[in-house]
Amino acid sequence: MLSRLKYDLTMAEAARGPGGSRVDLLVVADMVERGARVLDVGCGDGELLRLLETRGVDGRGIELSREGVNECVAKGLAVVQGDADTDLEDYPDDGFDFVILSQTLQATRRPRVVLEHMLRIGRHGIVSFPNFGHWRIRLQIALGGHMPHTDNLPYAWYETPNIHFCSIKDFRQLCHAVGAKMEQAVALNAWGGRMRLKMPWWFWNLFGEQAVFLLSRQG
Amino acid sequence: MADGSATLDLADRTREADSPHSPVVRFAAHKPLRLDAGVDFAPLQIAYQTYGTLNAARTNAILVCHALTGDQHVVNDHPVTGKPGWWETMVGPGRPIDTERYFVICPNVVGGCMGSSGPASTNPATGMPWGLDFPVITVRDMVRAQAMLLDHLGIDSLFAVAGGSMGGMQALQWAASYPHRVFASLPIAAATRHSAQNIAFHEVGRQAVMADPDWRGGRYFAEGTNPRRGLAVARMGAHITYLSDAALHRKFGRRFQDRDNPTFSFDADFQVESYLRHQGITFVERFDANSYLYLTRAMDYFDLAGDYDGAVANAFRGAPTRFCVISFTSDWLFPTSESRAIVHGLNAAGARVSFAEITTDKGHDAFLLDEPELFAIVRGFLEGAAKARGLPAR
Repeated sequence: MLSRLKYDLTMAEAARGPGGSRVDLLVVADMVERGARVLDVGCGDGELLRLLETRGVDGRGIELSREGVNECVAKGLAVVQGDADTDLEDYPDDGFDFVILSQTLQATRRPRVVLEHMLRIGRHGIVSFPNFGHWRIRLQIALGGHMPHTDNLPYAWYETPNIHFCSIKDFRQLCHAVGAKMEQAVALNAWGGRMRLKMPWWFWNLFGEQAVFLLSRQG
Repeated sequence: MADGSATLDLADRTREADSPHSPVVRFAAHKPLRLDAGVDFAPLQIAYQTYGTLNAARTNAILVCHALTGDQHVVNDHPVTGKPGWWETMVGPGRPIDTERYFVICPNVVGGCMGSSGPASTNPATGMPWGLDFPVITVRDMVRAQAMLLDHLGIDSLFAVAGGSMGGMQALQWAASYPHRVFASLPIAAATRHSAQNIAFHEVGRQAVMADPDWRGGRYFAEGTNPRRGLAVARMGAHITYLSDAALHRKFGRRFQDRDNPTFSFDADFQVESYLRHQGITFVERFDANSYLYLTRAMDYFDLAGDYDGAVANAFRGAPTRFCVISFTSDWLFPTSESRAIVHGLNAAGARVSFAEITTDKGHDAFLLDEPELFAIVRGFLEGAAKARGLPAR
């Protein structure tokens, strides 16, 4: 899944931090406690898992693409070939401290079910996704009259793996619907910078190119 | 077909079973092997090969488990056939299971015919081969016998246990039976249980052996016969299941064997027929017919969920072992769905598991063949495990 998606990165995703890691992955990794048990759903070539390993995290991964999995396993990562839409139900309740959907949710067939499984399997969930409410995307649809198609979103609508795009506003609504508590949220602007916390949601929804949410079960 | 001027000298035929070209451990009568069948078997003999050097801390041992018709001769020439070892692509200096780094042990399974106690071994009470008086054994019994061997060798815990097919079953059973003695387990082209279809194939093979008049109710040693034809047919049938339609087409297609036209007879007109006959004939030279019955039976009985209260996960709950499960796209004997069932069970048990499916048209036998992706995955997995185990870097 992600090995295909990596060519579909937005600028914020492609931005790299001081250690050479993708900024969005650093934001995700910063939300994970040291020594935690983590399941990375849609782990691609394992970049996040390797980043987490350097922080003493016990990481496991699921990846759809065979090439991605085999690359991960050959690197010594605990990754299984599997599909977020069908295989999460095999995982026991509370099996992990954190379940991560890094740039994965929009490529699933049933995002709501996936999110519910995530909250069942993990004490916490971390979701990062490209914000479809970003002004440039809105502009393309509103004025161009076509699906967004940019250097950073290169796929035509009929061949993109991203079948369930959402905006930050949409995602918040889904969180309410599944009873997820939003513990922390970070939006990244087009240059990979963290947007200021004090900004209102509508501002994030318009100018955040990326969003990362830390969730937990309600109650 | 498989008939010929076979030597029927008893001592000659049981030599490899009783006094093999391998080191052996003979356990005293008061150290029996406790079998699932409810029998204490004694005296137990285990033949094995080792490669590489055990480190001072005794932490670098890898147990390689052979498949149904394999044996302990992993990387040395076979003492009977003279052919190279069966896993030379995987094991050896600089190979993924690197004998310059790891100490590799491969025992012949109990029930086998290459030096570990089996139906071709001599029953000390009668002076004749056990034949069908040998108790029925299971994969769990094989593993229990291997644990006795490790105790004897003074190896407390294995860095890894690896095997394909029946060897993969043993790799799983090891983690289930002795979770704290196995740091890493690599079941390749394996399953949590033997499927109905696979039991059916095995039954055809066994019936082929038993239908051979030379089988003599299993007493062929005593009666000076050898059920070569039955065993060869069993091998031919089984061999088809180890390949794939695509691989057979690639290798043979519908090509004729040393002729341009059909002979309108039942000669081996087609290359694929000739190939299978050759497989059957060469197999009987090195394998005991009764052993084939016992080992196929052991695989049939393998069922982790059945043995552990109905769920595969129960077999591995709390196991500290890390797993690397590998399957092959064209394997229809142990298809990817079977490996996925292993992974589901391990996930449900919260075990640390890697799982890769390798694209190949070579079928079940792919684990024995030149598959660069398989080697990269095994190498990488062992590398990561070695780091976690604190083994010195190469």
